[in-house]
Amino acid sequence: MPDSVAAFFDMGGHGLYVWSSYFIALLIFAWNVVQPLRRRRQVVAEHRRRLTREATVREATVEEGSE
Amino acid sequence: MWNWFHRLGAPKSFYEISGYLVPLLGTLAALTLLTGVVWALAFVPADYQQGNTVRIMYIHVPSAIVAQSSYMMMAIAGIVFLIWRIKLADVALECAAPVGATLTLLALATGAIWGKPTWGTWWVWDARLTSTLVLLFLFLGVMALRSAMSGRESAGRASAMLAIVGLVNLPIIKYSVDWWFTLHQPSSLSLMKKPAMPPEMFIPLLVMVLGFYLFFFAIWMMRIRAEILEREQRTGWVRELLAGEHAR
Repeated sequence: MPDSVAAFFDMGGHGLYVWSSYFIALLIFAWNVVQPLRRRRQVVAEHRRRLTREATVREATVEEGSE
Repeated sequence: MWNWFHRLGAPKSFYEISGYLVPLLGTLAALTLLTGVVWALAFVPADYQQGNTVRIMYIHVPSAIVAQSSYMMMAIAGIVFLIWRIKLADVALECAAPVGATLTLLALATGAIWGKPTWGTWWVWDARLTSTLVLLFLFLGVMALRSAMSGRESAGRASAMLAIVGLVNLPIIKYSVDWWFTLHQPSSLSLMKKPAMPPEMFIPLLVMVLGFYLFFFAIWMMRIRAEILEREQRTGWVRELLAGEHAR
């Protein structure tokens, strides 16, 4: 255990190296978590749009047929 | 066993089983990584030569190991796809590449940050570093090849072949520290040899490696699940599943 909070952040003068490494790791992990979630939302939204489009086309065809 | 293998190869079964596995793996990964990070930052003793910079090892070594493993798994998926034409293997290949690429990037970045205070330089063109950079380009190449080709089938086959050819690079990374004169130190982890460091430094390293593996598998599965929805969206089961999603 480090002696103090200040010593913990300072890391014997190498704080910038140590903390930036862990920070980059955090960024990369966050990107990896967010990306598949966004992709999933995108796929669901795309599918919903396709359904509405198909429904509109179907209605239009039915109306044309009834004339 | 064979039956089980086949069931898992079907997108629908994989989607169902992975629905339980992702939260489980994700939770385990979070707990393991949290433990490992606190251990590495606060409890591991400073190295007698490197001081506190040795804590960078707990990000650098696991990311390098899991990046190489993920390449191996990606190439195996490529082999499975080429031989048995299992669609899921193609999805697995596609989804492993971006995760592997970011882990390779992390290994390179932390390596540079660690290199500066210990070697006095961010980068040298030596065998270990260069072959790891090639690993990053292979991951990016597999991704680029897929997005550049229009037909899914041919894009899948081309990226599988590139992934398999790129396997040559893995032994080069592994043995580069023995074959060539290099600044990079020899392997920190080995299945055969006794660890080159005391247990109070070695055990947290194992914890971090485990955490990185769990994380990789959780993210890989999440990506595969989203991709299955996209590719199978015209099948009955995905329509039904998405209808439920829309209703919410």
